[in-house]
Amino acid sequence: MSNVHVNTRVRSEVDTSGNLTFGYSGRLDAATVGTLWRQTAEVLRSAAPKRVSVLADEIAYCDGSGVGLLFWLRLRGRRDGFSVEFKGLREDLAARLEMFDVEAFAAAGQGRRNHFSLPDKVGHYIWGFLEDVGEHLAFVGELFTATVKCLVRPGQLRWKDVFLTAERAGANAVGIVALLGFLFGLIMAFSSAMPLRRFGADVYVADLAAIALVRVIGPFITAVILAGRSGSAYAAELGTMKINDEIDALTTMGLEPVRFLVVPKVLATMLVTPLLTVIANLFGLIGSGIVILSIGFPLVTYISHVKSAVDVDVLLIGVVLKGIVFGGLVAGAGCLRGLQTQTGASAVGISTTRAVVSGIILVVMAEGLFAVLLHFLGI
Amino acid sequence: MSTQAGPIIQVEHVAAGYHETVILEDISFQVAKGEVLVIVGSSGCGKSTLLKHMIGLMAPLKGKVLIDGDDIVAADAEVKHRILRKIGVMFQTGALFGSMTLLENVRLALDEFTDMPHEAADLIALMKLDLVGLNGYGEYMPAELSGGMQKRAAIARAMVLDPQILFLDEPSAGLDPVTSAGLDALIRSLAETLGMTFVIVTHELASIFAVADRVIMLEKEIKTIVATGTPQEMRDCTDNPWVQRFFHRQAESRVTH
Ligand SMILES: Nc1ncnc2c1ncn2[C@@H]1O[C@H](COP(=O)(O)OP(=O)(O)OP(=O)(O)O)[C@@H](O)[C@H]1O
Ligand SMILES: [Mg+2]
Repeated sequence: MSNVHVNTRVRSEVDTSGNLTFGYSGRLDAATVGTLWRQTAEVLRSAAPKRVSVLADEIAYCDGSGVGLLFWLRLRGRRDGFSVEFKGLREDLAARLEMFDVEAFAAAGQGRRNHFSLPDKVGHYIWGFLEDVGEHLAFVGELFTATVKCLVRPGQLRWKDVFLTAERAGANAVGIVALLGFLFGLIMAFSSAMPLRRFGADVYVADLAAIALVRVIGPFITAVILAGRSGSAYAAELGTMKINDEIDALTTMGLEPVRFLVVPKVLATMLVTPLLTVIANLFGLIGSGIVILSIGFPLVTYISHVKSAVDVDVLLIGVVLKGIVFGGLVAGAGCLRGLQTQTGASAVGISTTRAVVSGIILVVMAEGLFAVLLHFLGI
Repeated sequence: MSTQAGPIIQVEHVAAGYHETVILEDISFQVAKGEVLVIVGSSGCGKSTLLKHMIGLMAPLKGKVLIDGDDIVAADAEVKHRILRKIGVMFQTGALFGSMTLLENVRLALDEFTDMPHEAADLIALMKLDLVGLNGYGEYMPAELSGGMQKRAAIARAMVLDPQILFLDEPSAGLDPVTSAGLDALIRSLAETLGMTFVIVTHELASIFAVADRVIMLEKEIKTIVATGTPQEMRDCTDNPWVQRFFHRQAESRVTH
């Protein structure tokens, strides 16, 4: 390196009886020690000495890095079984070298943390999964009782937070939900219209769009958007609070975090999700309607097909019910992941990721249950 | 390195504040090479703010700060880099990188700024951790440590390159008296043997008397320096009510405690 001082160097001398002498001169600091260290290590490797003497009287300046180099010689001496003797070491330098205990450092080298073997890891993983399921169930119970308490005595609920959350998760999401619903309607109708036309069945695009969109895709994309926008936000908010000990502060003040922080979010989300779902469906139908109009069918045909494909009253129940359940799942998963946040700067990031993943998985599972349920109920 | 006994830090007529609120007005002082300067003052009077100005994290509303002759505010990227290599900082909250182990936190600067072999950087970082009493904690994550331990690790990180100037914001807060005294001894020995300069914010009276060459006292009401002197001068001062109250009250409460 260019900033190695001209007069900073190490001389070495070996004699036949295994005596090695190092002579350091100049400045031993962070900039120069790297080079000296390599040279010293090289000599040690090739000489394999019995005794090492270090001439230190020409050292002009020696900071912590330099002390590191001298101390390392001692450590090597202990490990490789040669004696190390310092000659002409200034008193203050000797004192700074004496601050470090060779035995303690030699012992610390081995005491690294143990790593787990494969069976250990599998065990840990399974145990972690079971614990996670347990925590989910406990959380659901806690959330349920807290919600019921709040509903029985609405004064306990933090209405301000409910409205704030409803605005953030609901009103602010209308645009994106409408846009995605519209695009999905457009894409679905378009990509099914082409194959169906080959069989002359393109009028049934309306039925297909109505059933698939209104029943499955509308609620689903709403839930996914919600998980990405709001579930992650809940996890980040609660996670940051957890890291800053705010959750503990609440608990010690006698306020249950679930009632105080989680219930308003979950209730607000359950409230707005059905509305968002209706918007997604509406715009989805508009999207597919445009495709159908553009392939030459009149609006009346489209509307009558949609009407006959979905039974509006029952459908509303389906959509609203689904919306409430999906909203609860996404918000609950977000809050739970937030409360589970570990410590450290990356922990919040991990929690938000987990919130989105759990939210979507739960929604898909619920979607499956709904499909079966609605089928047997004949809806 | 190049300058002789002249001041290594010059603070000239600095005014500081956040947005419209002015916290400090017309602060001027100098720190000599190898000096240990302690800044005291009531909580919220702007000690941390002053420190942030001295290390160039905040630009003063008025005035300037010179580090080893270089204006840290007007510095271009190259000069700034040169200045930053000369200083080490420990923030009031420690500010360890949470995603790295202690050892990685401490050796980061060695890896980035020197050509040391891996083994050398490891050992030097471990020695710094040993100096602050954290031998054997190299593999821990910051979140797994107590507040005081994080603080000590942050000190180790700040001094890993043996900078010429070390800024420490409340190094002994949260430490037990024994560790704290050990830290004071370390600061003194680094200042005396290596000529390292220290700017330390602390409230610990014992610590002030153990390390300080000179004390500067800030006062919230008049937003500037009310007194400066050796710890003894400050303690014996009779004509300045703020200084008297600060050094006295603390002394009294320590006695009655
Ligand atoms: N980011 C900020 N924005 C606005 N004002 C701030 C900010 N940080 C600090 N302040 C204000 O500046 C003043 C000085 O704060 P500073 O942190 O410098 O105090 P301090 O002397 O270090 O106190 P302590 O001893 O408690 O650490 C305080 O009144 C505080 O309200
Ligand atoms: Mg402060």
